[in-house]
Amino acid sequence: MDELLRDFLTETHESIDVVDVELVRFEQEPNNAQILGRIFRLVHTIKGTCGFLNLPRLEALTHAAEALIGNFRDGAPVTSESVSLILTTIDRIKVLLDELERNQAEQAGNDQDLIELLGRAAARVSGAAPAAPEAQPPASAPSAAAEAPATNAGKPARPKADAAARPSEEGADGLAARKSIRVHVDTLEQLMTMVSELVLTRNQLLEIVRRHEDSEFKAPLQRLSNVTAELQEGVMKTRMQPIGNAWQKLPRIVRDLSNELGKPIEFEMHGAETELDRQVLDLIKDPLTHMVRNSADHGIEQPAARQAAGKPEKGTIRLSAWHEGGHIIIEIADDGRGLDAQRIKATAVARGLASEAEIEKMPDAQAFKFIFAPGFSTASKVTNVSGRGVGLDVVRSNIDQIGGTVDVKSVPGRGTSFAIKIPLTLAIVSALIVEAGGDRFAIPQLAVVELVRVRANSEHRIERIKDAAVLRLRNKLLPLVTLKSMLKVAEGGDDTKSAFIVVMQVGSQTFGVVVDAVFHTEEIVVKPMCSRLRNIALFGGNTILGDGSVIMIIDPNGLANAIGSSAAAQHAAENAREIEQRTEDASKESLLVFRAGSPQPKAVHLSLVTRLEEIDAKTIEGADGRLMVQYRGQLMPLVLVNEDVRIKEKGVQPLLVFADEGRSMGLIVDEIVDIVEERLRIELASQRPGVLGSAIVKGQATEVVDIAHYLPLAFEDWLAWAGGRTDRSPVRVLLIDDAPFFRNMLAPVLKAAGYAVTPVASGQEALALFEGGERFDIVVTDLDMPGMDGFDFTAAVRSNPRTAAVPVIGLSSLASPETIERGRKVGLHDYVAKFDRQGLIAALKEQTAEVDRAA
Amino acid sequence: MSDRMSPTDNNIEYVTATIGGQLFGLPISGVQDVFMPERLTRVPLAAPEFAGMLNLRGRIVTAIDMRLRLGLPPAEEGRPRMAIGIESKGESYGLLIDTIGEVMKLLAASREGNPVNLDARLTRVSAGVHRLDGSLLVVLDVDRVLDVGAHAEAA
Repeated sequence: MDELLRDFLTETHESIDVVDVELVRFEQEPNNAQILGRIFRLVHTIKGTCGFLNLPRLEALTHAAEALIGNFRDGAPVTSESVSLILTTIDRIKVLLDELERNQAEQAGNDQDLIELLGRAAARVSGAAPAAPEAQPPASAPSAAAEAPATNAGKPARPKADAAARPSEEGADGLAARKSIRVHVDTLEQLMTMVSELVLTRNQLLEIVRRHEDSEFKAPLQRLSNVTAELQEGVMKTRMQPIGNAWQKLPRIVRDLSNELGKPIEFEMHGAETELDRQVLDLIKDPLTHMVRNSADHGIEQPAARQAAGKPEKGTIRLSAWHEGGHIIIEIADDGRGLDAQRIKATAVARGLASEAEIEKMPDAQAFKFIFAPGFSTASKVTNVSGRGVGLDVVRSNIDQIGGTVDVKSVPGRGTSFAIKIPLTLAIVSALIVEAGGDRFAIPQLAVVELVRVRANSEHRIERIKDAAVLRLRNKLLPLVTLKSMLKVAEGGDDTKSAFIVVMQVGSQTFGVVVDAVFHTEEIVVKPMCSRLRNIALFGGNTILGDGSVIMIIDPNGLANAIGSSAAAQHAAENAREIEQRTEDASKESLLVFRAGSPQPKAVHLSLVTRLEEIDAKTIEGADGRLMVQYRGQLMPLVLVNEDVRIKEKGVQPLLVFADEGRSMGLIVDEIVDIVEERLRIELASQRPGVLGSAIVKGQATEVVDIAHYLPLAFEDWLAWAGGRTDRSPVRVLLIDDAPFFRNMLAPVLKAAGYAVTPVASGQEALALFEGGERFDIVVTDLDMPGMDGFDFTAAVRSNPRTAAVPVIGLSSLASPETIERGRKVGLHDYVAKFDRQGLIAALKEQTAEVDRAA
Repeated sequence: MSDRMSPTDNNIEYVTATIGGQLFGLPISGVQDVFMPERLTRVPLAAPEFAGMLNLRGRIVTAIDMRLRLGLPPAEEGRPRMAIGIESKGESYGLLIDTIGEVMKLLAASREGNPVNLDARLTRVSAGVHRLDGSLLVVLDVDRVLDVGAHAEAA
């Protein structure tokens, strides 16, 4: 294809996508001159280039559109129809561009229908209105002959607009052009493949040199190794793209749907700048589009229904993205009607996905997962948009393919939210090589929190609670699994007297994996599993190690799923851990014993209960299908411990009141029995939601209740993923790097390691935070930054008495003796190479341990 | 017909191999290489027919034990085995066989459908047979060979 034409096509495709988005925004903010200016400039640029390349059809069409937009610039009122008309025109332009791309020449054809309409609209809005006082249904396309005058009608407005558009255009775009160049995606892909191979070869060389004590290759090879690592990071960086690129078409889609379905919808996007690998980006584009359509069609109700439910007429779909522990989380939330648990359950039974008995006991949250089953649709009518039973199953399989997960939460009447979690990149990962049952396996380092060596008499030991092995680590109990038995590679009992435990974190799940031996970490190039073996969920791929052998890569998600198939069980384990910890601190616990729904007593930690209350049963109100009571001047939600609890008709109703961050919740019980002091040993076996486990209290088997289960039942805003966890406050790390890439790469790594990270782009910003009274336990700073570099920054931190004691770790890609000496002089505590993530985490641990000792 | 076609068009070349005493053939066009499988990494949780993975000049090859695939008892320990390398949908596979035989050139027209009395285990993976002097060459259908698990219960 002609070079010029190809450039034109690429550029125009991009511009058109932008116009799409901008127009939708423009419709909402018709007075925003900036947006209008941008739209005008884009259309104008396309038009100009068309003339240059001799593409008369495109030129005529863009010309007519430009005329209409030009009228808006002159202050003509913006109507929904005219925006629709421009959008239709843009669709036509896209068709023409596609033809152009296929045939490398403009096809003969006629766009007079649209040009006519555009001309008439332009004439009408500019007030001239000679032609069209009647309504203009797009279907009534006039014949080709009569359009010429109409096109001209838009013209007078143009020159003025032109003159205004030009200077700013050149100012902004000219600068950007000098800083970036276009590279074909294939070139980057090829580069990536070659770097991957280079990494493998480097690993092989390192392996060879490792076997020879003093080889003269050692030094140059080390250098080669570093350069390879940097090259790899660099190439990875070129592949990172903001996720907003995958979102560009969505506002337009939502707008069109909103018109088509007659539902006003507000579409919000947050975190569009969050970066991820373009390969991943491409793969999630379609699933995302599908899910947004789904929300608009199924999620948001008709305006009348919304009004009846006391909600604003305009529905909201919120799309957000953020980084979390080496993954990107994308959330699609709507404030619509929520999922219909009853209908989903009924459909699940009808389709034989679960038995009646199973369904009856199934919590709604679990039933919601059925919507991802193949062909599952509860939409009672098939619409143009969705409800045809193909959909969410495809979405899920697409997401599965890239090692992601998708989760759904929903509150009836309040909305549904989907959270998609996908890895930032698929290509190269750092992995820990371990041995189990005589074979070696690779565990992605991102999921590894730490390694623990266990011996019979060491401080870390493996204990058993019923059948489950747990590790007591820093007064916490970690559930343990043995890799051998998970993989079924060894018969016989688990020999766990002396072993290595890889502590892994996957999402909110933390667990220990017992392995026979731990070797080293290695950068591996993930190759997909053979398609015939992809059903084995525990493996995420395979690779060739430095020594030439093939090794299976453990998929942390698969492993986590296999361990705690129910999130509730895991949650219970988490809480049990907290309780175990308290058991350690004070051997006796204060427990509140009560009865609810059954004669068997239940207990809850007294320290968790804010107040015990008895209220008049008559004051309990049902609102919106939920129970409420007026309590201390506020409406407090009430929750039943289980379905068997009977609310009293009259008289006094006992309540346990829990308050958490300014909110209160009442738990309805039958009877408050006693407060006891007991040394608590919880048996961890319960699978039931809301129950941590059972313990013997005053000689009686007692269920210990999990309060964390009930809070979300009372507060739907626990639906939001972002937070709500009430962990002990983690170590606060201030991360300073001028390159967004490193901030984006390092912040998740640190977060995954359990730190609370605040990334900033410069030393000044960091100092401003300190100045503003923010406190950080430790600072990690890049040393080579424009403006205030890491040394100057450290010196500034040291000179301020308030911050002088905060440890500072320096990051640099080049560590010469001079820089190290300079770092020592200004008061750097530690020095880590920029790509050495493990080293950084080790340094953080060391420094924070010192802080703890000092405190 | 014979005057319009050159003799080579009429012939198919087969790489032959024996598995459990039976002679098999694979059209040579589909065979990438023949090699000694070394350093097999087993794949836990996979069907037993998957003998493991190996690195063949930088490619990851999935090895399939043809004896188990055909429902035969496993090979004796320590006996050297051979593998025929094939490619399917961009992925490399190695079929583990007992011994590799010569390359045979056979008339395409002499290929017959599966005889009715052919062992069911062979029928599953066969794309037809050639009758040779006193023996039978079973042509392997690669797609069906790779479809491990489809008849797991039967085997």
